[in-house]
Amino acid sequence: MAVAQERAPGPAALQRRGRFRPGDALLYLVTCAAALSGALLLALITREILVEAWPAMQKFGLSFLTTQAWGDNNKTLFGAKSFIFGTAVTSFGALLLATPLSLAIALFLTELAPGWIKRVVAPLIDLLAAIPSVVLGLWGILVLGPFITGTLGPAIHGTLGWLPIFASKPTVGSNMFAAILILTIMMVPIISSICRELFVSVPSELKDGALALGATRWEVVKGVVFPYARAGIAAAMILGLGRAVGEAIAVTQVIGNNVAIHADLFKPGDTLASRIAGQYQGADTALQVASLVYLAVILLVFSLIANLTAQLIVRRVAARHNIR
Amino acid sequence: MSAQAPTADLFRSEHMRRRRIVNKVVEGVATVAALAAVAVLIIVVSSVVRSGWDAINLDFFTKNQTLYSGFGPRPASGIANAIVGTLIIIGIAILMALPVGVATAIYLNELAPRKLANVLTLAFDVLNGVPAIVLGIFVFVFVVVGHGQAAWKASFALAILMVPMIARSTQEVLALVPASMREASLALGAAKWRTTLSIVLPQAVGGIVTGATLATARAAGETAPLLFTTALYSADTMTYDPRQPIPSIPMFIFTSAEQPDPVLHQQAWGAAAVLIGIILIASLIARWFADRSVQRLKGER
Repeated sequence: MAVAQERAPGPAALQRRGRFRPGDALLYLVTCAAALSGALLLALITREILVEAWPAMQKFGLSFLTTQAWGDNNKTLFGAKSFIFGTAVTSFGALLLATPLSLAIALFLTELAPGWIKRVVAPLIDLLAAIPSVVLGLWGILVLGPFITGTLGPAIHGTLGWLPIFASKPTVGSNMFAAILILTIMMVPIISSICRELFVSVPSELKDGALALGATRWEVVKGVVFPYARAGIAAAMILGLGRAVGEAIAVTQVIGNNVAIHADLFKPGDTLASRIAGQYQGADTALQVASLVYLAVILLVFSLIANLTAQLIVRRVAARHNIR
Repeated sequence: MSAQAPTADLFRSEHMRRRRIVNKVVEGVATVAALAAVAVLIIVVSSVVRSGWDAINLDFFTKNQTLYSGFGPRPASGIANAIVGTLIIIGIAILMALPVGVATAIYLNELAPRKLANVLTLAFDVLNGVPAIVLGIFVFVFVVVGHGQAAWKASFALAILMVPMIARSTQEVLALVPASMREASLALGAAKWRTTLSIVLPQAVGGIVTGATLATARAAGETAPLLFTTALYSADTMTYDPRQPIPSIPMFIFTSAEQPDPVLHQQAWGAAAVLIGIILIASLIARWFADRSVQRLKGER
């Protein structure tokens, strides 16, 4: 065989393999350029936003983060403090509600539900993620808002009114509590679908082992499933949080757009993303536009950190357990 | 210990009973949570359909929005220009995002060295998490400031949102194409580009359609990227020119919901029903294509 190859086809084949093929080079160039676009866009987005925010960053510096004002002193003073507060309260509030709910849903779908229920319910919960935020916001204004002022708010205030977060009766439907509920609805499908994949990937030998030792189903979940999926659950929570922090439309529709800081959830507030969205017609001075973009800088920095962290966790988990 | 016979009743002890009760409670809570999520979906969708139903008639689809002054009889109005606007904006976004997304997937799956592919995929995953409002602001400062709003600029913002989704689902299907097909083609002397474009890519068409449709469904409902790029439109005229700001369904819902006008609210519900209908149909098509192409590829293995 070696002898035969030495004669005719060998050199020709070698030559052929080394030949420059313009088609290959073109395919390589075009697709490589496309694949680089993600990284390039990230860099471009960061650059453009920093450049446009620069006047405000120069004028206010880091005190922007600790100033509670928007357009005060004849449109010369801007600050993000109340929006950072509102973002933190609504996002963590929603995370607090959405996480146990999502874990419970994922457990129901992976451990409890019979096959046909799983096949019906799982796509329905995914559909919840497909409802556009503007529609959810519309529902928030016209249905959820009146329900909160009329029924839910007074009931919560009546029983939990001693807590500072429910200190007053809601007088308007647009408040931080409504924003928390809307964000919870948006987070649940995200967190629960990731958790579902995580729980399914837990090796059944581990679960069977625990069951054989006499553990109840809950003890299996607590002792085997949760510890196994811990890192993934954390990543899912970060991704959900990132979604909530960045949600502009539905929040701006229901939160009341108020530059204020108070513990009371039944009062209107505002978030970073919602403030940007709310100003889409009203940014009339250069400083106001720059301040608006400064808010976007804060959002961008947060989302870059959150997503990078979550993705690195996901990759580490996947590498360890070979999920994907 | 081992010599003693068990004296405790293992199955009726207080401890065991407590464990069982805790177990039942947790199971109940999980079931209720799942039901609650489905109930929320049903409540939202049913209030959209119930409130939107009365707004939907022939005029709703054939007439433009009207600027009603509040006096005299109200002229019949619809969202024809918003529907057309959304189709134009989304159509241009697909034209922008689809080639980039597919080319990206080809590079990452077929050509790139492993390490580079991992880094670039990470970049797309992070890009996927950048809030839509930030993308809107980016396009605003990049091409709108000093030049004015235009529909294609909104498409550009939406395309940034769509590329990672299209690339991801194309990649998933490319990974299913059996290596033997590539090898067979290369062994017959076909060049790499020829193999990729005429052997591998046709196998992945289903995944590409799925990704593009899902991305379209998501982009169709996005409002944040439109706010700073195509919001200053004239609401009562039909606009086809993508170099102008064009009305769209999400912007119509967003602006109408803020007006204290019950008729506009009803029309907003109607528009929401149309939007959800579009998204539902797109999702169903995507699911159908995904099932079919994955099944075919798995069957061929």
